[in-house]
Amino acid sequence: MELIIVRWLHIFAGIIWIGLLYYFNFVQAVALPKAKADNTAAGITKHVAPLALLWFRWAALTTWILGAYYLERAGVGLGNAFLLKGAAAPIGIGAWLGTIMLFNVWVLIWPNQKKVLGLVQADDATKAKAARVAFLASRTNTMLSIPMLFFMVTGSVGHGMPHM
Amino acid sequence: MKTPLDSIAGTIITGLALTVILYFFVVNFLTKTAV
Repeated sequence: MELIIVRWLHIFAGIIWIGLLYYFNFVQAVALPKAKADNTAAGITKHVAPLALLWFRWAALTTWILGAYYLERAGVGLGNAFLLKGAAAPIGIGAWLGTIMLFNVWVLIWPNQKKVLGLVQADDATKAKAARVAFLASRTNTMLSIPMLFFMVTGSVGHGMPHM
Repeated sequence: MKTPLDSIAGTIITGLALTVILYFFVVNFLTKTAV
């Protein structure tokens, strides 16, 4: 029962994380330039984006911790997954992709978004560079989410890949 | 410098291509040693 609940919460947190990632990339990044053009961007940058980033980064961490806990408790083993050993290889690829994405969230996206949104002081040149880094890290995560989801699904028990 | 990740279509296509590459990598080089 414990494993079912952990897995359920892992997927729940993952939906919040990746759902907000897709919101940032498919909705906000497209709408923001248009909002800036008619001077309505403040509603997004002051009220929507900081709250979305709050849920985004903590959901990312929660997803990773619950996933790591599940792998260890379910008998797969965190070490076997990250070392891509045997049957743990597919879920291990998913775990690596998820870990890279978590790194991007906390080390590249969040610190740079704080500068872009004015939550920390930065001059215009620094803000422009921060916006580019955060954008590319966010797009990288969107790109990595596609194979990550594939390997999370196929790496699950009962849905093995060929030759397993 | 523009990259494929600058567009949504480029991002999705790159993600799908990486999925295919990783799939064949796992199937051919990793899971054959599975117990």
